[in-house]
Amino acid sequence: MTPAIEAGDLGKSYRGRWALRHASVSVPTGKVVGLVGANGAGKSTFLHLSVGLLAPSEGEIRVLGGRPGDGREQLAKVGMLAQDTPLYGSFTVADHLELGARLNPSWDSAAAEARIAKVGLDQKQKAAALSGGQRSQLALTLAIGKRPELLLLDEPVASLDPLARREFLQDLMELAADGLSIVLSSHLIGDVERVCDHLVVLVDGHVRLAGDIDDILGEHRVITAPRLRPDQPTDDEVIERTDTPRQTTLLVRGSGPVLDPTWTSTDVGLEEIVLAYMARPATTSPTLSSVGGVA
Amino acid sequence: MIEFRISPKSGVAPYRQIVNQVRQALRLGLLREGDQLPTVKEVVASVAINPNTVLKAYRELEHEGLAEGRPGVGTFITRSLAGSSLAAHRALRKDLDRWLTKARSAGLDDDSIAALFEDTFRGAVADEGAA
Repeated sequence: MTPAIEAGDLGKSYRGRWALRHASVSVPTGKVVGLVGANGAGKSTFLHLSVGLLAPSEGEIRVLGGRPGDGREQLAKVGMLAQDTPLYGSFTVADHLELGARLNPSWDSAAAEARIAKVGLDQKQKAAALSGGQRSQLALTLAIGKRPELLLLDEPVASLDPLARREFLQDLMELAADGLSIVLSSHLIGDVERVCDHLVVLVDGHVRLAGDIDDILGEHRVITAPRLRPDQPTDDEVIERTDTPRQTTLLVRGSGPVLDPTWTSTDVGLEEIVLAYMARPATTSPTLSSVGGVA
Repeated sequence: MIEFRISPKSGVAPYRQIVNQVRQALRLGLLREGDQLPTVKEVVASVAINPNTVLKAYRELEHEGLAEGRPGVGTFITRSLAGSSLAAHRALRKDLDRWLTKARSAGLDDDSIAALFEDTFRGAVADEGAA
């Protein structure tokens, strides 16, 4: 199957500073993919490259088999909901729908209007007067009104209150159930664990971890042992290590058997795994390419 | 119709939580043979989780022989668990025995084992209550 997004050694620099570099990752279709990383890790850059708002400085990116932003057909296939839900404040809800219809050849007016009615928006209201949740719902309606195959969302719920966030994610999951492929960036790992089934972790512009969330959870664990020598070998790749005078705690990737009876091995949550990768400096990772190439 | 709750802090994978809730409902007789489980779309629209998670849970239930998917119709309960809890006790006891051996080899005495169990159990109950 054609991947939703396929990046090969993808890089983007702004005035000599690399926002994204050596990013190689394959994002499957039919999934909800979480794009996670600190501020400035390259999440927005990756999404903007995917939709064609930016051009790569090096490397290659393919979205649903095509070059991002290349022609009508490609534009129609990919929907994007940018950060801060860009709307025109003086335009009414109805104006936005009309704008959507005029700008998109494949616009589905009936579906868009049904959606606006379902989420309880008044067509005559101006965008500036809408609540954060309503703005998000309007922006989502505009992004999916052209019936894209892939929807990209940049921090879609960051500014929403918990209730609006829940409602927005419910709607998003309904769209996923209908077969829409989704890539969303978020800081909220709890949300990501709940709504996503695939994860890409960006650290300092590099892809540090990518894969199905179930696989990632299955491959990582915490081993607690009596204090180990710093050079003591382990079968597994050590992602994070903490030493106290008496105990060593390792977050490892791998499933080698724990033979030493003084060691204990426990499962570890997604948040802890992601934080460990985010905290690990890029220079200490000789196996970076293998980490990025799991997808 | 059963309604699922997903608690992100329980440490249990979301698909597992769905499987567990169906099993629990079967054990308590809240779900019976022939009952239909909510559709994937109904579940994701009510609890905002990934649709593949629901599919995975339903596949697991089918694998366990508790449910059956009928294409184009839905997923239906095929077996009840009410009254079969005695059978479950045996497997549980085995797990517990194994855990006890592990706890002993880790050097816990009887009081420590009891304290740890009690504490964990209370924590889990509190989490469920908060969900």
